[in-house]
Amino acid sequence: MAREMTGAEMVLKALADQGVEHIFGYPGGAVLPIYDEIFKRNDIEHILVRHEQGAVHAAEGYARSTGKPGVVLVTSGPGATNAVTGLTDALMDSVPVVCLTGQVPTHLIGNDAFQECDTVGITRPCTKHNYLVKDVNDLARVMHEAFYVATAGRPGPVVVDIPKDVQFATGEYVGPSNVKHKTYRPTVTGSQDAIRTAVELMEGAKKPILYSGGGVINSGPAASQLLRELVRLTGFPITSTLMGLGAFPASGKEWLGMLGMHGTYEANWAMHDCDVMVCIGARFDDRITGRLDAFSPGSKKIHIDIDPSSINKNVHVDLPIIGDVGHVLEEIIRVWKARSPDQDTNALKEWWQQIDKWRSRKSLNYKNRDDVIMPQYAIQRLYEATKDRKTFITTEVGQHQMWAAQHYHFEEPNHWMTSGGLGTMGYGLPAAIGVQKAHPDALVVDIAGEASVLMNMQEMSTAVQHDLPVKIFILNNQYMGMVRQWQELLHGGRYAHSYTEALPDFVKLAEAYKCVGIRAEKPSELDAAIAEMINVKTPVIFDCVVDQVANCFPMIPSGEAHNNMLLGDAVDEGDLDDAISEEGKVLV
Amino acid sequence: MSTSPAQSHYPSATYTQTSESHTLSVLVDNEPGVLARVIGLFSGRGYNIDSLTVSETEHESHLSRITMVTTGTPMVIEQIIHQLERLVPVHSVIDLTVMGNPLERELALVKVAGKGDARVEALRLAEAFRAQVIDASTEHFVFEITGRLNKIEQFITLMQPLGLVEVARTGVAAIGRGKEAM
Repeated sequence: MAREMTGAEMVLKALADQGVEHIFGYPGGAVLPIYDEIFKRNDIEHILVRHEQGAVHAAEGYARSTGKPGVVLVTSGPGATNAVTGLTDALMDSVPVVCLTGQVPTHLIGNDAFQECDTVGITRPCTKHNYLVKDVNDLARVMHEAFYVATAGRPGPVVVDIPKDVQFATGEYVGPSNVKHKTYRPTVTGSQDAIRTAVELMEGAKKPILYSGGGVINSGPAASQLLRELVRLTGFPITSTLMGLGAFPASGKEWLGMLGMHGTYEANWAMHDCDVMVCIGARFDDRITGRLDAFSPGSKKIHIDIDPSSINKNVHVDLPIIGDVGHVLEEIIRVWKARSPDQDTNALKEWWQQIDKWRSRKSLNYKNRDDVIMPQYAIQRLYEATKDRKTFITTEVGQHQMWAAQHYHFEEPNHWMTSGGLGTMGYGLPAAIGVQKAHPDALVVDIAGEASVLMNMQEMSTAVQHDLPVKIFILNNQYMGMVRQWQELLHGGRYAHSYTEALPDFVKLAEAYKCVGIRAEKPSELDAAIAEMINVKTPVIFDCVVDQVANCFPMIPSGEAHNNMLLGDAVDEGDLDDAISEEGKVLV
Repeated sequence: MSTSPAQSHYPSATYTQTSESHTLSVLVDNEPGVLARVIGLFSGRGYNIDSLTVSETEHESHLSRITMVTTGTPMVIEQIIHQLERLVPVHSVIDLTVMGNPLERELALVKVAGKGDARVEALRLAEAFRAQVIDASTEHFVFEITGRLNKIEQFITLMQPLGLVEVARTGVAAIGRGKEAM
């Protein structure tokens, strides 16, 4: 039944009807009526951030660790523009976020009013969809549509821009069950013909590989279970993108590690040499494919994706299957079992022998030291200290992110939150806050770099205010490490502005935020310091002082193919200079 | 200009396919911002728009039809269609060129100024092209011409030496052949 209420009441009612328990936001003039409603009711908890970008990343962390949409509430003008980076991040990584923005009253729109900006214009290319609600009677419908659009099909961020007079106006509220979107109906079930053909291709494969991505995780926990079952049934080796880590357990014997620019030797060689590739919820991103015309040249490619625009975007595939990963995997497994396929066991055995040869190259090895903490070693020790408890990992962006992906091993989906597509420095700390809010009893660690974390360091204040004991594990090398690595590779080691001369004392900074600071400078101190970090009940900033010049390997260098990788132990400084030609250095 | 693929840290472009012109018909909800979404998609992803027309065609259901002519390799055309379909207010996208030889018409208003022989010649050619005179003085004509793209191009080319002053064109409207709707 329709009910009369104000726009601001409708917003809160709609959030409650959508099952929202937490929102991340920052008040301001144009959203005060909504904040007044939050004040009046107590069923929805508001987490006050320190910058609107942090609110969106926190909502992303919340969404990715729970599978539920994250909700953001910010004001007009600068509130909305500050949210843009987070929205773009959510769009690139397909994270369901509903972002409510205040707007100046409708009669002032277009007048360059105080704190006015063209929010729907600015956010049009960085959202899945957005709305400007000019009539309070549309508000409830739009709110419910926003949740539907954000979560249906390939998830993404949706902005609802609500002018202040609409928040005050009175109109009729409609419940979610009365709202059905006019047009948006993503295809979720794959074509049966395509699925049968896929099973036939897989049955005949001599050198198969499964290449999974974030789509498996977005599809829900059931999809990860189905992926595991498919691997068990077929015995195929499996690799994953950065976004897909955890869908298949890293302890599984079929696991090859991550693929791509900083992926393992075995994963990339298997991708290059395979004869049947099954891409499951991944999108052939340029960090994955490397040089396109040399990408897996001899394989038949099957591509399962819910978004038709991902098909044939970068790489031509032989067999597209449009649909939700969970549905399609279920069907593939059903058809596979029904056929009881006759696999070429000899060929598969040879393929595994080849893979074991690549594995024996141990491409993640590095030279450890006892005088200085190697960053890889720090992550390995962190992993050992935290693997037996419920731990969620977020990261910032850069070398530490790749080392975390390589050396922290994930057994479950939704436990790894990182900014993949957009590569947003400053993501990890606010994302950890969102994760911790959703999982109050879990250990949440942001594996950070000292440069990235400073981009949203103000959110420590949020963590302290809301008793969210996130652990900020900073691999501090005083450099923007990945920038420095590229300067070393491509610009003759001229480290233009990648060294930070005046860093804060992170231990004192933690104390200033009224939480705990811990520093480790020697490998011998590391384990005890990590144990202390885990035991502390408040947020912690952990300043892990690491080797300043370590580089991230293995690496597919500039525009090279998968079978041409740089390996850490084979590289010394002279090789690095030669890895990319002089002409190449100019062109990147 | 091409660069060796080994020299960039982004994959090199693969220009093995040739560009084709396609006419697309896009049915959208007639709501604020819908055209901005379509145009923003094209500029944001670097697609070409050679012609674009839009008007509400079904008033009851507030549906507009956008007709656009675009060029790209087959892979790009496929992307354009899927990217358009991904926009939430888009109901359907039809590639009329793939459907086969669509009916395409454009309207142009062509202003020609001149005296004497040139003026007579302009009028004579206009009759040959079945263009209507919709405004005239002793020193100018405004012609209204409807037809396929190349007919209009040809007419404008012919008017050039005869005192062509300016041209206004609607862009292409297109519809599939046969009794079926899109």
